[in-house]
Amino acid sequence: MSMTSKLKEAMVGLKAGCVTLNYPAQPRPVAENFRGRPIFDAQKCIGCAGCANNCPAREILVLDVCQEIRILKYLGRRCTYCGRCADICPEKAITMSHEYETATGNIGDLQQRLDLFMSTCQRCGRCFKDTSPLEQLKLKGYRFDDLSNERWIFRSRAYLESEPVVDDIKIELD
Amino acid sequence: MLKNLCQKMFGRSLWVYHANSGGCNGCDIEVLNVLTPYYDVERFGIKLVGSPRHADVMLCQGPALRATARALRTAYEAMPAPKLVFAIGGCACGGGLWHDTYAVLGPVEKVIPVNFYIPGCPPRPEAIIYGVAVAVGLVDKKVAPVEFKELEMPIPRYHPSELRGKDEMVVYEKMDKI
Repeated sequence: MSMTSKLKEAMVGLKAGCVTLNYPAQPRPVAENFRGRPIFDAQKCIGCAGCANNCPAREILVLDVCQEIRILKYLGRRCTYCGRCADICPEKAITMSHEYETATGNIGDLQQRLDLFMSTCQRCGRCFKDTSPLEQLKLKGYRFDDLSNERWIFRSRAYLESEPVVDDIKIELD
Repeated sequence: MLKNLCQKMFGRSLWVYHANSGGCNGCDIEVLNVLTPYYDVERFGIKLVGSPRHADVMLCQGPALRATARALRTAYEAMPAPKLVFAIGGCACGGGLWHDTYAVLGPVEKVIPVNFYIPGCPPRPEAIIYGVAVAVGLVDKKVAPVEFKELEMPIPRYHPSELRGKDEMVVYEKMDKI
């Protein structure tokens, strides 16, 4: 009885064969609509910063260096690949690639940085008109970021106090 | 001789300890998926252990929370000396979507040093295997930072002082690109 059942099990095991993927040796394709790392096309980008406004993780930083140069920096650390930046982009400059093998030893490898020229208004000489108070609430903080520390700072905090926002509480670990 | 043989056999087998410091369980499920026969990460000698004192590698999921930062640090210090830390998922790499809330201190590298980052929310099991393969030296990393700089203004700069009237026509001098 037990012998036959064991033979049966062995037969089942032989019939199943090997299911393990030979992954790092052979490439593994993804589904057609898979969203991987977003790729920014600098030729198409117009620097409207819609992606920075809509990023739920606040992972795209925008800094106006001067009147005509705008830096757009994608950090990619906490990006959830939700694709909202690609949806909102009016010029389709952001594509969600099929790239998922993004493991790295240095977190700075993930970032993409675009230095864009902004053309000014031919009448007033400024890039855009000043935002109304209501619009400033919506745009909270996306221009006042800290590119050197790769951090996004609230507009209100940037004026009031200079201490960092995230690391505000010292934890005692000893 | 036995020692050399052992080093050859077990030199690259990593025993991993699975530490969740407040994640949403998505990355945990992907890590457990990696240990199943379908992906079978024990090909590389990777084995899940229950205690940080047995482990070579700590797989961190979730951000460093105010409540769990101290426990994470203690678990890291309990590991024996040649140790690696993998940050798996967007929370461990960068703090997650709620990186600026009250309870979240930030990425785990605020509390413990991190050696390898596997971003994604959650990362695919293949991405985790790829990170492990990068760590043990089977494959090379694929990502590199991208920097784009426009050196030339794409349209000519307009300035009113360079406009000249010329019999009912306005001529713009200096049409050179900058």
